[in-house]
Amino acid sequence: MTTVVTLVVVALLLWLALWTVVARDAFLAVAGFVVYGLLLSLVWVRLAGIDVALTEAAIGGGLTGALLLGAVGRLRGTEAATWAERSGPGTRAVAGLLSLVVTAALVLCVLLLPEPAPTLAPLVLPNLPATGVANPITGVLLAFRALDTLLEAIVLVIALIGVWSFAPDRAWGGRPGPRYRTDPNGILAYLARVLPPVGIVIGIYLFWAGADHPGGKFQSATILAAMWMLVQMAGLADAPRIDNRWVRSGIVIGPLAFVAVGVLGLWTAGVFLGYPDGWAKPLILTIEVALLPTLVLVLALLMNGPPSRGGAR
Amino acid sequence: MTVETLFALAACALVGIGLYGLIVQPHPLRKLVAFNIMGSGVFVLFGALAKRGAAAGLAADPVPQALLITAIVVAFAATAVTVALLLRLIDVSDSASLAEEPPAGERP
Repeated sequence: MTTVVTLVVVALLLWLALWTVVARDAFLAVAGFVVYGLLLSLVWVRLAGIDVALTEAAIGGGLTGALLLGAVGRLRGTEAATWAERSGPGTRAVAGLLSLVVTAALVLCVLLLPEPAPTLAPLVLPNLPATGVANPITGVLLAFRALDTLLEAIVLVIALIGVWSFAPDRAWGGRPGPRYRTDPNGILAYLARVLPPVGIVIGIYLFWAGADHPGGKFQSATILAAMWMLVQMAGLADAPRIDNRWVRSGIVIGPLAFVAVGVLGLWTAGVFLGYPDGWAKPLILTIEVALLPTLVLVLALLMNGPPSRGGAR
Repeated sequence: MTVETLFALAACALVGIGLYGLIVQPHPLRKLVAFNIMGSGVFVLFGALAKRGAAAGLAADPVPQALLITAIVVAFAATAVTVALLLRLIDVSDSASLAEEPPAGERP
């Protein structure tokens, strides 16, 4: 039974991937990609990665899909012009051949994988109690491979600076996106009033539960950011000015606190990002609490895009 | 065939499909979607390797899984930068063309 389900999921996944790649209409392609992202979450569940499935559904399918849908709306006029530039049959044949060669090489690698498979799980489990968290993924993210997570937080901030730097000069320091105006008694404004309290509770629960169960700050931050986007789109609140000191402080506080804890480790544990005995859980919690506002702000502002109005004041 | 091998093979196909779209589709947004498909293929392959590493009572190796979470977030950040770049390109040039010269319109 499960094999049948798996086969159906794989078939659907490949079909959707092909569809998004060859569909003539960009909107259909992006819509296909959103469904593809949701299907991918199922794949992660089958691959025993509940944390990954949550991240994929929230960020891979949800946020990326919304971002691309927003872009499609603004790119409508340019689609026909580039269609005239589409590759000829020769290029398509060569591209198809190249893709087949790459796929074949990967398949060969998969079939020649070593047995038994190399794994770090036996190393993670005995050391997990020392971190004070029970979810091995959280343990890896914030203790064993904390440096990766630190660099990731910095990459997010750099990406946001990158997005902001595409602003026209006159809009620098201003607010991103359009000022949404909707019917204050309409269904969107209603949803934007009813959903956020629920979303905020779920977001904070995921954040807290992430220590011992699937979940964590990324999935939590995505839900909180989505609630903020909803409030913005319903016209209940405007996007923040990017020269707002509170916004900018919130963006850097996570990486700064992370680096501070890391430097503290130099003295107390003798190594950068080391945690002294018995202090792992409080320090991990400090990092997570400091990272949460950073992640919410960065994810929402990446969705908002570069500032476009109300420049330097 | 185990679940992880099946998904690993599907992932190989996803990389190929994404690569094809990346080359063939002329519109930058379509290239971006295709690139994301290709990236997700790499992620699924890595996830299948994590599942193969199930040991010590864990259903999968948590180290690659944690790196996957990082990878998905970074991929989103890169996509956001690319979308912003693309929208700016259209604001400035009124065209999404990546061709060296704008097409004359009567190309074969």
